[in-house]
Amino acid sequence: MSNLNINTIRVDFPILHQEINGYPLVYLDNAATSQKPRQVIDAVSHYYLHDNANIHRGVHKLSQRATDLYEAARGKVRQFVNANSDKEIIFTRGATEAINLVAQSFVRPKLQANDEILISHLEHHANIVPWQILCEQTGAKLKVIPMTQTGELDLTQFDTMLTERTKILAIGHVSNALGTINPVKAMTEKAHAKNIPVLIDGAQAVPHMTVDVQDLNCDFYVFSGHKMFAPTGIGALYGREDLLNAMPPYQGGGDMILSVSFEKTIYNELPAKFEAGTPNISGVIGLGAAIDYMWQVGIDNIAAQEHHLLEIATRKIESLPGVNIIGTAAEKAAVISFMIEGVHPHDVGTIFDQQGVAIRTGHHCAQPVMEFYDIPATARASFAFYNSEEEVDALINAIQKTQELFA
Amino acid sequence: MSDLRELYQQVIMDHNKRPRNFREIEKANHLAHGNNPLCGDKLVVYLKLDGDKIDDVSFKGSGCAISMASASLMTEALKGKTIDEAQAIYEQVHKSMTGEETDRNLLGKLEVLSGVKEFPARVKCATLSWHTVHAAIDSDHDISISTE
Ligand SMILES: Cc1ncc(COP(=O)(O)O)c(C=O)c1O
Repeated sequence: MSNLNINTIRVDFPILHQEINGYPLVYLDNAATSQKPRQVIDAVSHYYLHDNANIHRGVHKLSQRATDLYEAARGKVRQFVNANSDKEIIFTRGATEAINLVAQSFVRPKLQANDEILISHLEHHANIVPWQILCEQTGAKLKVIPMTQTGELDLTQFDTMLTERTKILAIGHVSNALGTINPVKAMTEKAHAKNIPVLIDGAQAVPHMTVDVQDLNCDFYVFSGHKMFAPTGIGALYGREDLLNAMPPYQGGGDMILSVSFEKTIYNELPAKFEAGTPNISGVIGLGAAIDYMWQVGIDNIAAQEHHLLEIATRKIESLPGVNIIGTAAEKAAVISFMIEGVHPHDVGTIFDQQGVAIRTGHHCAQPVMEFYDIPATARASFAFYNSEEEVDALINAIQKTQELFA
Repeated sequence: MSDLRELYQQVIMDHNKRPRNFREIEKANHLAHGNNPLCGDKLVVYLKLDGDKIDDVSFKGSGCAISMASASLMTEALKGKTIDEAQAIYEQVHKSMTGEETDRNLLGKLEVLSGVKEFPARVKCATLSWHTVHAAIDSDHDISISTE
């Protein structure tokens, strides 16, 4: 059990207090996107009501305030992932853009035909497609760490998959489709022993656990704000300062330059070098507010509550006849993918929605995982710390109603 | 829950469990693949056309109850019809799914599909097989369509 008073917590999330089709909303689609606490919504609206201006430019008061808020949020992100310096935090649109940035600015210049990029079978499309594009551009090859029936990485061949041709290991911290927590620290250590840089896709990790990039010792770590109670359209890339310094810019434009003439343009220092154009200022401020909120609740408390929900939901689902959980790794985040025998997941989604229970059905942007299990889709319930035990019961009830309807 | 009963009527459940004409037609002269990437519904529609008459129509594939039942009902409704008649039926089905006035005589049993009109996210499931048969009629080679 955790120390959280869920009823108090839920007051912070106004959206949760509504009815859907005559039933109280039970929001169990947190892996797709999380809900936003009032504190985040207020920070964004306060910015627009009082401080809105462009940053890093004007000498006027509003611009200074906006710039201060923006850079203060960077400091929070740095502390949130325990980076060494604010220069190592680059704001992006999200995890997707951050992976594309690393693919194009860090990996591409070093790649030659037949070099290798190593990912895993569990990846989200965001950590597959940018590498495939890169392979098409350069003639490099995509290698894939296999998975096991339980939804864990099969690391028996991992050592031999790390070769002198491997130019990056890009690996998810937590699987969005199955919830599996991967042993990214140990994998990073092995890759580094062969001088292979490592990118970790932390989109599903940061909302649920303390992340320490220095402890993981990874070279790049990416995540999206919207999955951690911040607005959409904002995320971050952590990159080791020496690596970021040596990389060419990803996009050109304003703010990423020191001086421009038609003969020569001098790029700005980190982190501005990678933040071309007017950024998502309100999003950054919202992200900072989300981090403040998580700190206030306590990341350990968040993890404990979610683990508690995962345990009771798993136990209850396992006790239901005709329901199978897909992904039974020993280490899991609070994600449960499941199949109800004889009912297609898409029908499950509709029937749940009629009872106010919001889950995701589909391939979860992880089609290779679906192919591995030879299923078109799963139904997925994913929990956040603001979910209650009553909501687990609503989930179980929805499963039983579905079975009755299809009996 | 009453809308649900409307959507998942007995006829739909029955056609989902025991789809009719769920087979390949060996001598099919028209064929099309339908794909709904959002939910992973996938089917193939086989047609044997004799001039403008639908001699035989069948399908194979997998998907949600709505898409399976719709495909099954479709094959029953179109067998033996001319292409023009098929087109007229398709238009009625489409109208019934969007809540428009329909001709009950033409629609017949297919009226059960109109339950999706309360579920906008599911209309694509119900129309997949119809779009696919349309593509199969129009094309004399193997063709793929996607509802997105
Ligand atoms: C594991 C993982 N990686 C990457 C992403 C992509 O995140 P975004 O769409 O916010 O860029 C997601 C989002 O679903 C994810 O779950």
